[in-house]
Amino acid sequence: MAETRAVQIDDRAEVEARRREEQRQERAKRQREKAALGGLWSRRDVMGRVAWSLFGIFSLTTILAAVRSAFPRVLFLPPSTFKAGFPRDFAVGEVSEKYKKDYRVWIVRDEDGFYALWAKCTHLGCTPRWLTAENKFKCPCHGSGFYRSGINFEGPAPRPLERLKISVAEDGQLEIDKSVKFLFEKGQWGKAGSFVKA
Amino acid sequence: MSWWTETKEQITESPVWKSIFRHGYDDTPRNRILMVSGNVWLHLHPSKVRRHATRMRFTWCMGGITFLMFLITVVTGVYLMFYYRPVTQYAYADMKYLEFDMPFGMVMRNMHRWAAHGMVIAVWLHMFRVFLTGSYKPPREFNWVVGVILLVLTLLLSFTGYLLPWDQLAIWAVTVGSNMGRATPLLGHEGPFHEVLGVNPIYDARAFLFGGGEVGPATLMRFYILHCIFIPLVTSLFLAVHFWRIRRDGFSGPAL
Repeated sequence: MAETRAVQIDDRAEVEARRREEQRQERAKRQREKAALGGLWSRRDVMGRVAWSLFGIFSLTTILAAVRSAFPRVLFLPPSTFKAGFPRDFAVGEVSEKYKKDYRVWIVRDEDGFYALWAKCTHLGCTPRWLTAENKFKCPCHGSGFYRSGINFEGPAPRPLERLKISVAEDGQLEIDKSVKFLFEKGQWGKAGSFVKA
Repeated sequence: MSWWTETKEQITESPVWKSIFRHGYDDTPRNRILMVSGNVWLHLHPSKVRRHATRMRFTWCMGGITFLMFLITVVTGVYLMFYYRPVTQYAYADMKYLEFDMPFGMVMRNMHRWAAHGMVIAVWLHMFRVFLTGSYKPPREFNWVVGVILLVLTLLLSFTGYLLPWDQLAIWAVTVGSNMGRATPLLGHEGPFHEVLGVNPIYDARAFLFGGGEVGPATLMRFYILHCIFIPLVTSLFLAVHFWRIRRDGFSGPAL
């Protein structure tokens, strides 16, 4: 049986060789024809290339349009900013959880002023708790701990909590913009907008 | 010979190309016959199937069972589509309605669900068997590639169907399951090199899937269309190629 198989494979190779030879002859013939034209593109060559280019451009544009159409121009999202009350509502040294349930944001009042921390653990995204007695944020999922500044000091969290843009609105209330983040590891915590001076 | 013909030949004579396209468009009588008889659309059915190829002990019939499961999900899925609206206000209620208030609805929904699970299990076992028997080797290597694509499509069918009941499990499972999209290199807003293209939560790979920054009404509609129309169509095409190809290339079999 093994012999038969070997023969079959030889057969296949032979067929393949014959096919290649045919192809080579065909190509040589075409090249002779081309040489007769003096190496120029024939009218058929030109038409063919123009047609294929147009087809290519059309296909590419269609694909790009299809991808672009997956991103609507308008999305109906809740506003990224919210008003967080007047600065006088916060006691010095307080970590306010008032806006955590609705907006997932802590507002911290230091001696110097205010900053807003996003209540999302930098490990796997759970919502940590503020433990007043222990003066730290503690994540219930894997035990990451953060100082009141947001700096991580225990557990698996790889980097500090993220701060959000905070400012004083025209009516005197604090305003938080959740779409703008300030990352400690990028040296952004000192930047304008990352805190409000008291 | 110009560089163009040379490169072209290098590509078309390479093993990879040869494993996908068996023969080119040479205008020779022999090749014209081959093109017709070897065309997936013109000759879906094989001229012959060898006896050893259908031996249960060898194949486990896992490919066949996978296909049977696919057919069951198609038939029951069409039934479910009559009663289901992919709109956030209705989806969950429709799911309950078709399960509890439609005659045979519960059977249909459960058949759809269990056939889907069965399909995933059978497709893995099929892959396992093909691996064990070495049936992925030339000349069937391209069919293995098609099979891997079909495996991914099977998993995508399950994943998109997961969202449709629109309960808490569905929403959070898809939220968690698509977190991977956020970490796509270049195209995900939390992936490496995300700054290069300036992608953000509403313009990245995940938003492409969701139609927004999070799972919402647009996501339900997208997943519904993907689940009921797009992926089944693509899967059917690849199934046709997969079946046709294995018959063309010849089934592997135990040494005789």
